[in-house]
Amino acid sequence: MADHAAQAVNFAAASKAALQDSELRGNFRRAMDGLMTKRAVQFADGQEWHRMRALAASVRLRALSKLPELLEQLETNLTRNGIQVHWAATTAEANAITLEIMRKANATLAVKGKSMVTEEMHLNAFLEDHDIEVLESDLGEYIVQLDGTMPSHIIMPAIHLNTKQIAHLFKQKIKDAASTGEDAAALTDLARRILRQKFMKAGVGMSGVNAAVAETGTLCLIENEGNGRMCTTVPPVHIAFMGLEKVVERLEDVPPIISLLPRSATGQPITTYVNMISSPRKEGEKDGPREIHVVILDNGRSSVYADPELRDTLRCIRCGACMNHCPVYTKVGGHAYQAPYPGPIGKILVPQMEGLAKRGEMPHACTMCNACVEICPVKIPIVEIMGRLRVEAVRPSATVKDAGAQASRTEALVWKGWAAMNSSPLAYRLATTALSAVGNAAPASLPLLKDWTSVRSKPRFAAKTLHDLARKKGIPDV
Amino acid sequence: MSDARAAILGTLRRTRDAHPLTPPPSDFTPLAEKQWPPEERLPRIRRLMEAVHTEFLEATEADWPAVVTDFLTREGASTLLYAPETIDGAKLSANTHSPSPPRGEGRGEGDVASSLTLIPYDRPIEDFKQQMFEGIDAGLTGTLGAIADTGSLILWPSAQEPRLLSLVPHIHVALLRADALYDSFWQAMRDGRWADGMPTNALLISGPSKTADIEQTLAYGVHGPKRLVVVIVR
Repeated sequence: MADHAAQAVNFAAASKAALQDSELRGNFRRAMDGLMTKRAVQFADGQEWHRMRALAASVRLRALSKLPELLEQLETNLTRNGIQVHWAATTAEANAITLEIMRKANATLAVKGKSMVTEEMHLNAFLEDHDIEVLESDLGEYIVQLDGTMPSHIIMPAIHLNTKQIAHLFKQKIKDAASTGEDAAALTDLARRILRQKFMKAGVGMSGVNAAVAETGTLCLIENEGNGRMCTTVPPVHIAFMGLEKVVERLEDVPPIISLLPRSATGQPITTYVNMISSPRKEGEKDGPREIHVVILDNGRSSVYADPELRDTLRCIRCGACMNHCPVYTKVGGHAYQAPYPGPIGKILVPQMEGLAKRGEMPHACTMCNACVEICPVKIPIVEIMGRLRVEAVRPSATVKDAGAQASRTEALVWKGWAAMNSSPLAYRLATTALSAVGNAAPASLPLLKDWTSVRSKPRFAAKTLHDLARKKGIPDV
Repeated sequence: MSDARAAILGTLRRTRDAHPLTPPPSDFTPLAEKQWPPEERLPRIRRLMEAVHTEFLEATEADWPAVVTDFLTREGASTLLYAPETIDGAKLSANTHSPSPPRGEGRGEGDVASSLTLIPYDRPIEDFKQQMFEGIDAGLTGTLGAIADTGSLILWPSAQEPRLLSLVPHIHVALLRADALYDSFWQAMRDGRWADGMPTNALLISGPSKTADIEQTLAYGVHGPKRLVVVIVR
């Protein structure tokens, strides 16, 4: 495939700019503090939290342990229910499948409920290039689409904007927005009026999938706004997009996920709607789509699955709690990552999907504080995977796309020297003595030192080495 | 795209077999333990749902049609979409004589009540989409019960009671029988043996449509109903 030459995405530069935007930082600080507080209230009972996340993790692990069989079972049951299943290895294939369905349906307008998989696909841009209008209907996604940007959070796409900024945007982009002022309720009502017209007219409705049940062939979607139900009920054709890891074995496996996802994400006991779809409109039914298509997307997931350690990345249920608790994400916001998935889960998922040549910086945008691991409802060892990816980035292997892309000859040489020094007592003694004598003369602007000293003071070597001090105290060399 | 299918499943199977994964057992007791004494279920449901702006009315099997039509009339609704083929729908139309005022004691607003027109959902949506979106104030549905754990109504829309009844009208009125209460979603699903046969669409509804996408400010009625009114029928 003619891949866009993997140009490294510069997180450091983008985050520096984000850090200087005080309005952006204020917007994130307020939102993240609120979300963390509300989540904590939901899990006040620590016992319940521990047992529920153990259950949810077991559900996800069981699904992954039988992933190929469950996908086949899902396909069989969806097909039996009258739902058409499509497989896509790449986002380009998924886009082509979507276009074909749209053309067969003679549809020129699609309404879409929130779907992160379609963000991976850049589906909107693709369809617009083919003269098909795609309208995001989740309010946050709608705002982001009006603004011509991308979601900054997987659950709250427009969290980087405040009411004033959104009111300004509406005024610029929507004709009759003059009267709404800066009132969230009035802005919401305006969006309601505009989007209802679109739901009525759209030929295709699109959605994501929160869980697909192999046992029954059921697609589960959760949401608060009702736009997901609109997209999956009003237009004559519904296309659902899912990553191949979204399958669960049994219907009974859904309640643990439905319980932990909204509590972790927004601190609600449950979303307003839990929408379980098992079939298109049946004979005699008066509404619902006549056709349902499910697009099962790989896009690198099967490679993630191949490695037993990295595989845990696929447990994710996309609650976004790791973002809300990340000391990096909460400061720089989602756009600095320039990726469909920002924050901790993005830092381990996106490099595996898009390769370490392009995304080698992402696993380093982490303090390894473990906050994300502590609140993850399915216990993904995010920080361990982060460490693993840092190694993959500098050590060529067949495991991760573009492994070794960040390998640097200088760095390798430094470590080789370090190893040699530490494996010979004589070399060690000579080196430490030399460094304590003249090491402080090294300027802070030395190539490798510069990255560190640009924001920190240069550490000073002590006048006497630890060995010298110990010897003086009469502790013998071993 | 059967090539993609074979390639994906092949990779998954090969790599899983090379590194099999033994999952820990799934212990559902934390869900099974979510239980409330029968008398606490309804108050809990009410508290949780009222916290997200759901409104509640009390009624009996005898008077719920009047309670519903009175309420809607008072609130200024002029059209009510309902399911004529359900038992509840038949009862509603039998007990509501629009445009003539409905009967019933202690209701001095009969003349006002006459302004509520019942509209049967008796044809495919394609035949009245415009009216559905632009000319309906309220929709009435039954429920299969409610869930104490989260404060949620259970709905299985059907050919008789279509899906959009509970979605497009600005006010969704839902009848909840006071004896159809479950502890948890998990329990309702197991007791009802849902896995044996799922309907076209199964729903949990826990309040009116809402969003907090504009600066975390809660706003109700973004795409679905602006108001959810639960009528507890005893």
